[in-house]
Amino acid sequence: MQKHEKHTRDPRFHIVKRAGMSRGKALLIRFLAILAALLLCSVLSTLLIGANPLKFISTLFSGSLGSSRRIWKFAKDSAVLLCISLAVTPAFRMRFWNLGGEGQVLVGALASIACAYYLRDSIPNPLLLLIMLVAAVLAGAFWGLFPAICKAKWGTNESLFTLMMNYVATYLVAFALMEWTKADGSSTLGEVAFGHLPRLYNEYLLLILVVLALTVLVYIYLNYTKQGYEISVVGESEKTARYIGINVGRVITRTVLVSGAICGLAGFLIVAALDHSITTATVGGLGFTAIMVSWLAKFNPLIMVGTSALIIFLQQGGAEMSTIFNVSSAFPNIVVGIILFFIIGCEFFIHYQIKSRVSHKKGGVGK
Amino acid sequence: MNKTVALEMKQVSKYFGSLAANRKVDLTVYRGEILAILGENGCGKTTLMNMIAGIYFPDEGQILVDGQEVVIRSPKDAFRHKIGMIHQHFKLVDLFSAAENIVLGINDGERYNLKEVNARVQEIAERYGFHIDPKKKIHEMSVSEKQTVEIIKVLYRGADILILDEPTAVLTPQETEKLFAILKRMRDDGKSILIITHKLHEVLSLSNRVAVLRKGEHIATVETASTNPAELTEMMVGQKVSLNINRPEPENTQDRLLVSDLSLVNADGIKVLDDICFTARSGEILGIAGIAGSGQRELLETIAGLQHPAGGRILYHNPKTDKEEDLRDKTPMQIRELGVRLSFVPEDRLGMGLVANMDIVDNMMLRSYKRGHSLFVDRKKPKDLADRIIRELQISTPGTATPVRRLSGGNVQKVLVGREIAAAPTVLMAAYPVRGLDVNSSYTIYNLLTAQKQQGVAVIFVGEDLDVLVELCDRIMVIANGRVSGIVDGRTATKEEIGVLMTQTRAEIESQKEKEGSDRAEA
Repeated sequence: MQKHEKHTRDPRFHIVKRAGMSRGKALLIRFLAILAALLLCSVLSTLLIGANPLKFISTLFSGSLGSSRRIWKFAKDSAVLLCISLAVTPAFRMRFWNLGGEGQVLVGALASIACAYYLRDSIPNPLLLLIMLVAAVLAGAFWGLFPAICKAKWGTNESLFTLMMNYVATYLVAFALMEWTKADGSSTLGEVAFGHLPRLYNEYLLLILVVLALTVLVYIYLNYTKQGYEISVVGESEKTARYIGINVGRVITRTVLVSGAICGLAGFLIVAALDHSITTATVGGLGFTAIMVSWLAKFNPLIMVGTSALIIFLQQGGAEMSTIFNVSSAFPNIVVGIILFFIIGCEFFIHYQIKSRVSHKKGGVGK
Repeated sequence: MNKTVALEMKQVSKYFGSLAANRKVDLTVYRGEILAILGENGCGKTTLMNMIAGIYFPDEGQILVDGQEVVIRSPKDAFRHKIGMIHQHFKLVDLFSAAENIVLGINDGERYNLKEVNARVQEIAERYGFHIDPKKKIHEMSVSEKQTVEIIKVLYRGADILILDEPTAVLTPQETEKLFAILKRMRDDGKSILIITHKLHEVLSLSNRVAVLRKGEHIATVETASTNPAELTEMMVGQKVSLNINRPEPENTQDRLLVSDLSLVNADGIKVLDDICFTARSGEILGIAGIAGSGQRELLETIAGLQHPAGGRILYHNPKTDKEEDLRDKTPMQIRELGVRLSFVPEDRLGMGLVANMDIVDNMMLRSYKRGHSLFVDRKKPKDLADRIIRELQISTPGTATPVRRLSGGNVQKVLVGREIAAAPTVLMAAYPVRGLDVNSSYTIYNLLTAQKQQGVAVIFVGEDLDVLVELCDRIMVIANGRVSGIVDGRTATKEEIGVLMTQTRAEIESQKEKEGSDRAEA
């Protein structure tokens, strides 16, 4: 008996699921989590790089919001990320784990720039832009088509398939670049002077407005249309979808095509509004960051405006930090990691609470 | 009777969020008795037992074994105190033999010797009258054999207190009787048996005492000999309930659904339906009885257009056009487009009939969202329908925007049945529609089915409780191993008769048919 005593002491705390929490309280918890994260980061920064904690935090903010130029850049980068996040979301809502956003955006960009490169000024600019847009959308959709059909027909794993398609896209771009730069041997494509989207007050404003409009459209598509409803049903339960007679394969294919098409659109925007050129790193991992943005927002397009801004805010703050304090980029990455950890981790406290066990021993019920 | 206390629970509570699964429960278990834990689904029977078995840890209160306070934090702790639980869903490794499953997880530092294990298993089996082959693999076993393995597993670990969670849910009447004989032998051997159930007749025929739970609270523990079904029901439900099912005579019956020679082969190449022939008539409830997994689910799914049969015909006689439509190999959508109003309440409510994470309105829409040419869904009509069903079926929910997974089992089922009936069906198929429902909800569903029958609907009801089947149905079709082993009159058939049909093998059905054939030829 004695031997057992050690194992069988009362656990002091245990975890209990919350019955539900008011929105205000949940927001407060999230706010406190960010505060705690900043506090921990300040302590770390003092200890590791000897920085003044206040300056450290202000640097984090000034990276994105320090000047009007920075604010525009912040808004632009957020918009691009948001656009790609919107693109992957319809598929995610359907539990189709499309990891191929990166490649789908890249082929969209490639299709756009190819149109601009070959058509040049042979046709009027508005027409060229339209052709570029259509080409990009088709290319993005096409890139999603194979994995979608294979999933719908034979139940293949879409994650692996779409991931592999990214490599094909990257090397396709590398191949195109080689063809286009054969003459000068530089292997980088200079700015293509055709097919630029017009400036609207600021070079980024048009892009930002287009993405915001897209956000509303995707939100409406997912929540208020019959197709959006089908996506939700298929995503929640394929068995239910079959039970009510939804053609599951068709919904999968259609939704992935929509996702791919929006990816293509994102590629078009990057080329026509920003880069006017292409490299293998044009998308630069945004296709993967977008997955995080979409998840963080629980696949709600309106909340994604906030989550994409948060990610960009942290990235730019981190970059600023490494310049100001002259430390390697590893340290800002630690900071970003800590902040994200707190933000995601605090969800635990929104859904659960830790209770200490009510002890009856003191009440004298015992022997 | 020599009454030694084996186990005691004092003021035990368990909360899930704001919900009290158990509140201040006191329970005493003696050596050498069978104590039935009776209560409706969701009243906290299983939670309470799980706290003894070490699955859950109580939030408040104490558990005493042999008068000593103990802390049970895991099933291992429970075994240390000689407590073992046989769960409703078996926890066995399919590819292992019985003996291997029995010793799995025992770590006493000694190398295990399969021969010795086999011998000990045999010894336990003989002592209590089990029939078991220790070398047989689990995947070759019937449900009842698997249950035997689970029980021996617990006994092998030296349990003196055995908890069985609804052990008869998966058994035929004959198997149930065998199990009860074994349990009584164990009791006489000095073991304490706790059996969770919501079937009154089992309680009365088996137990020494009954502990009744209601809404997580312990209502009373009574001697079985001094109580009766009415009293127990009243304690369970909290009010007087009439336990009679109204069964009006069928009127204006007409052949509605004619199924002939229907066969289905599943993905593993096994024939799960074999030459099924029957007719469902309007204004009549056709019951389907059988051991779980005999092909009931596949039959309904095939009729509903979810499976592709290997052979046979499914003909629907349309009362409006007086034409026959062949439903075989049509999708649910095509069936609806033919004007066939076929409603189907599947066994898997939240996984098939409804979408658990969607709210009531969106679930109402499942059948009708496609209507009209608009790109957008219309949530107005489904909302009205949801409001109406909530009102008429007295569904308790915070509102129509509540995800159905948050509703209790009875309310989930009312949402589903309500939706299917709202489609004004001519054929209504319901698979285990009262599984997991409390007494009141169950009777609501029976009444709804009867009302549909009176309106001229052909109702097909797959049930597991034979007592209910013989009270509710006009005819009962019995399925065994994917074949029809008999169709009997619900008003004259006995449970025993149905039980025999349920366990027939294919060969027996085969010879029966031949005999009938020759009888007919002679006549």
